[in-house]
Amino acid sequence: MNMKELLQLKVNGELHQLTAPVQKTLLEVLREDLQLTGTKHGCEVGECGTCTVLIDGEPVLSCLTLALQAQGHDITTVEGLEQNGTLHPVQIAFAERGAAQCGYCTPGMLVIAKALLDKHPSPSREEIREALSGNLCRCTGYLKIIEAVELAASRLTSTRG
Amino acid sequence: MARTKDFSVIGKPLPRVDAWAKCTGRAQYADDLSLPRMAYGKLLPSIYPHALIQHIDISQAERLSGVLAVITGESLPVKYGIMPSTQDETALAVGKVRYVGEPVAAVAAIDEDIAEEALSLIHVEYEPLKPIMSIEEAVTVKEPRIHDYGPEGNIHKLVSLEFGDVDAGFAEADHVREDVFFYQGNTHLPMEQHSALAQWNPAEEKLTLWSSTQTAHYVHRALARVLQLPEHKIRVIAPPVGGGFGGKDDPFSHEICAAKLSMITGRPIKITLTREEVFYAHRGRHPVLMWVKTGVKKNGKITAMHFKSFLDGGAYGSYGIASTYYTGALQTITYKIPAYRFQGMRVFTNKPPSGPKRGHGTPQPRYAVELHMDKLAQDLKIDPITLRLRNLTGPNHMTVNWLKITSNGLKKCVKKVVAASGWKDKYRKLPLGKGVGFACSTYICGAGLPIYWNDMPHSEVQIKIDRTGTVTAFSGAIDIGQGSDTVLATVIAEVLGLYPQDIKLVTADTDLTPIDLGSYSSRVTMMMGNAAYEAAMKARKLIFKAASEKLGVPVKNLVAKERRIFDREDPKRALSFAEAARLAETRFGLIGAVGSYKPPKKMGNYKGSGVGPSPAYSFSACVAQVDCDSETGAVRVEKIWLAHDIGRAINPILVEGQIEGSVYMALGEVLMEEQIFRKNLHKIPSLLDYKSLTFKEMPPVESILIETDEPRGPFGAKEAGQGPLNPVIPAVANAVYNALGIRIEEIPITPEKVLKALEEKAKGKLARVGPDGIPDYKFPDPIKVEPPEEWKQEHPPVSQAAEKVG
Repeated sequence: MNMKELLQLKVNGELHQLTAPVQKTLLEVLREDLQLTGTKHGCEVGECGTCTVLIDGEPVLSCLTLALQAQGHDITTVEGLEQNGTLHPVQIAFAERGAAQCGYCTPGMLVIAKALLDKHPSPSREEIREALSGNLCRCTGYLKIIEAVELAASRLTSTRG
Repeated sequence: MARTKDFSVIGKPLPRVDAWAKCTGRAQYADDLSLPRMAYGKLLPSIYPHALIQHIDISQAERLSGVLAVITGESLPVKYGIMPSTQDETALAVGKVRYVGEPVAAVAAIDEDIAEEALSLIHVEYEPLKPIMSIEEAVTVKEPRIHDYGPEGNIHKLVSLEFGDVDAGFAEADHVREDVFFYQGNTHLPMEQHSALAQWNPAEEKLTLWSSTQTAHYVHRALARVLQLPEHKIRVIAPPVGGGFGGKDDPFSHEICAAKLSMITGRPIKITLTREEVFYAHRGRHPVLMWVKTGVKKNGKITAMHFKSFLDGGAYGSYGIASTYYTGALQTITYKIPAYRFQGMRVFTNKPPSGPKRGHGTPQPRYAVELHMDKLAQDLKIDPITLRLRNLTGPNHMTVNWLKITSNGLKKCVKKVVAASGWKDKYRKLPLGKGVGFACSTYICGAGLPIYWNDMPHSEVQIKIDRTGTVTAFSGAIDIGQGSDTVLATVIAEVLGLYPQDIKLVTADTDLTPIDLGSYSSRVTMMMGNAAYEAAMKARKLIFKAASEKLGVPVKNLVAKERRIFDREDPKRALSFAEAARLAETRFGLIGAVGSYKPPKKMGNYKGSGVGPSPAYSFSACVAQVDCDSETGAVRVEKIWLAHDIGRAINPILVEGQIEGSVYMALGEVLMEEQIFRKNLHKIPSLLDYKSLTFKEMPPVESILIETDEPRGPFGAKEAGQGPLNPVIPAVANAVYNALGIRIEEIPITPEKVLKALEEKAKGKLARVGPDGIPDYKFPDPIKVEPPEEWKQEHPPVSQAAEKVG
């Protein structure tokens, strides 16, 4: 039997207690123990970016992170982008611009876009490309994702004014 | 032609109906599902490319605590396969393995770790056989045979057809050229790994399978066949699919094994493939070796073409028979070819099975033909655009091989893309290292024939409207990201005067929804769209009748728009849609309507005539601009211009998305993607090593939508999912020639190949990298097919034409 550890994880502002084998990844715990299936897996070895979540606001590959390591940090998944039933501007922009086709890479793209805009409210196209370049998408050719991030940035900037 | 602005929702850049679920993490894909008491399945892969299975010992695995069941090929001996004529697969290998990665045994356990451990406890004794790893080997090495069917040795399929008098066509030509090309295989790589969850209900003897499949209907049939269950005891549901591109078109081992393991254990079983297993499941682009010979008059008019293709099919049939025909079928759709001979061969090799990837069998010949056209233009000293324009087909054209073109915007596509790209100022005018290239192409809007022979509709839609005004549409169509849910909702919304988000959708569930054959062959907008249109029109008739009686306005004066039914002459005389629905239910009972779509009957009557016919054809033209580094050999694509004859864009954002996604996938194929093998092993079964474009390499794309109002399409629409991929690959290859004067006639165009060609060029040799030739194989004499009357009237024999002139 694998050793199980008592874990406390703060996900999307909510504190969860659970026991899980020590080798279980954050991705597995999020999806299997917390039923936060919004975070997807594309390879489980850190190659595609699909499983990205934010830890203390920084994009992290949840497939390469042990759940254990995420204790004591703020974890944000795609489910946490909505606040009180209101979608984050990147979510609205992705929907409006057709940045999601099959939608499978979308949660990873969205959380990175949010992290980027939190730090750089008006990123250049190059900065957007750079921030997202570790994430693969096979449907869109990336262009509508870039447009969507730009649209979200412009809306955020104008509301922050 | 009705203008887009006359529509309420058709042609409007509205968000996809599934956008909100997908942008909030709410969309539930197959692997997101779980059920009480669910256990996990894993598959044991073959470690040999070609071997006899002597013995499998599962006893140790069975004894491991937490293991629920272990099965081998003997548990599932019934053969299946997507094509009725090639039922050559078993869910687990029986007696023999044919590629590394082929599933040999399956286990179910209470968790994935135990299932993995159990796999390591299964002992398989193999007797290795000589592996056959290339087209050339498969043609020459007759023994051992990979399969015991096919014309001979390791040849799976042979095609030899001739339309019109090809020898006379060549005799009539002023110039004839021959070329040889090779198109390397590559794979779909959907971001979602295949996943299936099976639940057997022993009390009702009913099986439910949730699977990331593009073809729930065919999976349903395969399950019934292999598990020997009546079809009504099986329910297949396709949740949103995380990308397919043709990679989820076949029934797969993991789907059948999950079902069987659930039947044995009485527990729900989920099997999700690892990324490495996805590379082995494959069914990707066939590697194809091609030879093409074309005769032309001095003015560039084609007099005859002879095309040969050799397809590396991998270990099983899959869609291979269709793929083989597709490498020869559509050459005549872009250019008028008065006499055409096609000879194709598909071989078996000990590699994961090739199958249908976006463009299915047509990107390879398109690459060959478009490079060949450029070279013909050079021989004749004619501008490459002019050469194409002189040979283009037009609307309402019947080809020499019995394919009927209805709408055709290719000429407009060419002109638009040439103008937008500034071709005339760039071609042969850019500095060394920079260049532009051009290509045309076409694709089908749905296969004209079903995969298994029947005379029934290919797509059916049911609509229910209740007293709250809620419209629910039921359709078997599967949204794989291409936007079929949005097309379904938009077509119905337009007819009923609603908005796409007003339409509730029940899709891709064989218990609840009528048949749609699947998300392949770019068929869904055309076929489901027409079925949805018919159903919606029938429902609207009842609603209009009730509204007409209430408002005292004749039906012909009624308009449905913006959730209202009103008098076009006096829009204030109106009912809300919900009120009208209530009246209609009062008057007629429950409002329900159905629509069905069957493509027009195929025209040709020869063996193989089933591949190629389609209700309509889409057309594309592309200009690529490249910047090549002659020091490193790197090719950077600076921009792509792509004009696509879409018939009508039901939603322009979705069409642009399909074009941009097609360009992306095409650039991967032409520059870097390859499914290759070293020492009989897959060289790169990982996302890190299988190179594909990232955000950093993707160039800007200028999409130009050409609307031709296809008479057979729903609201005039045609396909966008596959056609736009085809011209990009040859356009880039032609641009590299324009930039550096080198011909890379074997894709992908890697830096190594560019440098090699530059070296040859520097030595004053032929600046080309490509195959030397084709196997020395004598095809059977072609079946001579008489061209259709319509063609003959349009193209009288040259001698008669001369007499008329005289």
